Amino acid sequence: MMTTTASSDSTRLSVIQRLRQIRLGRWCVILIPMLWLAAFFFIPFLVVFKISLAEAMIAVPPYSPLIEWDPSNAYATLKVTFGNYLFLFESRFYLDAYLSSLRIAAVSTFFTLLIGFPIAYLIARSGPTQRTILLALVILPFWTSFLLRVYAWMALLKKNGLVNEALMAIGLIDQPLQILQTDFAVYLGIVYTYLPFMILPLYTTLEKMDMSLIEAAQDLGAKPWRAFCLVTLPLAKPGIIAGCLLVFIPAVGEFVIPALLGGSDTLMIGRVLWDEFFLNRDWPLASAVAIIMLIVLVGPIMFMRNGNKEAM
Amino acid sequence: MSVSSVAPQIVPKAAPTWRQSTSEPFVRIEQINKQFGEFTAVNNVSLDIYKNELFCLLGGSGSGKSTLLRMLAGFEKPTSGRILIDGVDMSNTPPWERPVNMMFQSYALFPHLSVEANVAFGLKREGLPSGEVKKRVADILDMVQLGHLAKRKPHMLSGGQRQRVALARSLVKRPKLLLLDEPLGALDKKLREETQFELMRLQEELGITFVVVTHDQEEAMTLATRIGVMNNGVIVQTAEPHEVYEYPNNRFVAEFIGNVNLFEGTVVGDERDSASIHCADTENLIHVDHGISCAPNQQVSVAIRPEKFRITREAPASLVNTTQGIVTEVAYMGSQSIYKVRLPSGKEVRITQPNVQRDADDRFTWDDHVYLAWDADSSVVLTS
Repeated sequence: MMTTTASSDSTRLSVIQRLRQIRLGRWCVILIPMLWLAAFFFIPFLVVFKISLAEAMIAVPPYSPLIEWDPSNAYATLKVTFGNYLFLFESRFYLDAYLSSLRIAAVSTFFTLLIGFPIAYLIARSGPTQRTILLALVILPFWTSFLLRVYAWMALLKKNGLVNEALMAIGLIDQPLQILQTDFAVYLGIVYTYLPFMILPLYTTLEKMDMSLIEAAQDLGAKPWRAFCLVTLPLAKPGIIAGCLLVFIPAVGEFVIPALLGGSDTLMIGRVLWDEFFLNRDWPLASAVAIIMLIVLVGPIMFMRNGNKEAM
Repeated sequence: MSVSSVAPQIVPKAAPTWRQSTSEPFVRIEQINKQFGEFTAVNNVSLDIYKNELFCLLGGSGSGKSTLLRMLAGFEKPTSGRILIDGVDMSNTPPWERPVNMMFQSYALFPHLSVEANVAFGLKREGLPSGEVKKRVADILDMVQLGHLAKRKPHMLSGGQRQRVALARSLVKRPKLLLLDEPLGALDKKLREETQFELMRLQEELGITFVVVTHDQEEAMTLATRIGVMNNGVIVQTAEPHEVYEYPNNRFVAEFIGNVNLFEGTVVGDERDSASIHCADTENLIHVDHGISCAPNQQVSVAIRPEKFRITREAPASLVNTTQGIVTEVAYMGSQSIYKVRLPSGKEVRITQPNVQRDADDRFTWDDHVYLAWDADSSVVLTS
């Protein structure tokens, strides 16, 4: 009896030890990305937030320090100003830039969804070998530089570019169209660039869907379009939400596409940010612009996340 | 009322519709072919199914039974031939317009809808007023004893409950024809047996014609009014369950349904009401009580079911339909025992005997020398 209890105690101990090891391992797995995020997202965010509370001045760095240390009197003063934020809210220009960014991002996301859904559906319904090839084609553009691809669009869309010449050759237009440096070019650029980010999450949800569900809907009297609306669409909701977030969020802050494809009147917050930083060298105001953009984006993310939870 | 004074009369039950030559079939499958590229899934199948039947399509995987069912539902278009349901040609009728509902093998319940909404789906497509939809959904859910789970989502149900939701959903539209694809395949044995009887009860109560696809011969035997045995895209025999078992018309059916011992032999005598077959495996001639009407010396197989044998220690008097051998295997199954007996030729014969007595001392055991005998009317001669 004694020996058995002793041995069972020792096994229990080793089990506890093993459990501890597992938890330690689990913590490591969580800790490393947490540290990464802290070092490269949270701390920079705090730095940006700090700068946004300062005043611009001609110095290195070009803003007033947050804490002023007076060595002679041995006390510190905390200098905080909300002037940058107030300025943003008072100026019509910044509000317009935010709204215009949101509008361009929303419209682009809508069209990305509209184009991406049929593609994702087609890939999910094709045979295994075809599927691999089609998925590779979706990812293929990533093999060349993003900047290079945007420049390629510039070449395509310019006055004597391929698109204009093709349209004139088939006699649809007699004068080359102004496509480059319009909002249309920006939409085109965003939809083109972010399409894979819409297709991939949509594909994963559609691929998991049981085809007999659609047959069941039809069997119960739903015409194909109704079956799509009542069964396919609700079941694809998690993919739709994930895809829209992946497109919408980076599109709001997009800088390269409006800068290269857009005209001077294409107002997007990314460009405003760039101008404030590098042209006006007003770091505090630029930081405030960035902080507000973050807050603006948190809203839709939370909203969509909640929607996703309901769908599950 | 004078009803009470009238003595109850026993009305003889009319012969089933499928036995009457005058009956009008409810579902008529006419020379249906289905090709998938080079592969022929269904090969020139013609079949009549009558009203209130519970017809089973029985076959192994790839036999074409599911393809045939999907053509009835309208999910596959036949390459040639046509299907009539209640006298109407269904060739150009899409699934959503057919008076047919299907219960899918995977159940295909909509995961984003509650039990109630799943069942209501079909009724809403008909555009019924919401009051009536509610009432019919509640009625059918009570019928399958799921009223208390109406608000649940499918993933919160057990396998058996999901099966009943699928059944309720396919029944609620009161289809003329209900198609069931392996309806009990995913259930465990005990639940399957219960559900079999429930299906039969529902079918009788509602008077809907059922077509069931299954690979499980026991399921087909229990459920069906008639069975269509399929192999390689062809229906090889259509008959009532006991006929399919006792009078298989070819080797495939005999071997697919239940266990069978097949003896290869040559016809040596063929009269109008008896025939003799010489078989190298059995000691004596095999006699059957019917003529075969075939060419003399034709090669045939004689099929004898395991339970048709009498097994004894003493040599039987008869000089036909007997043989002898050594018991090589014994399996006690409770209600019956299975013996394997090796004949002098080396062929092994499977025999089942009911265990009538609780503790029989003289039960056969390994290496016992035994004699086997069977009746002239218990064997089936198969020419194909």
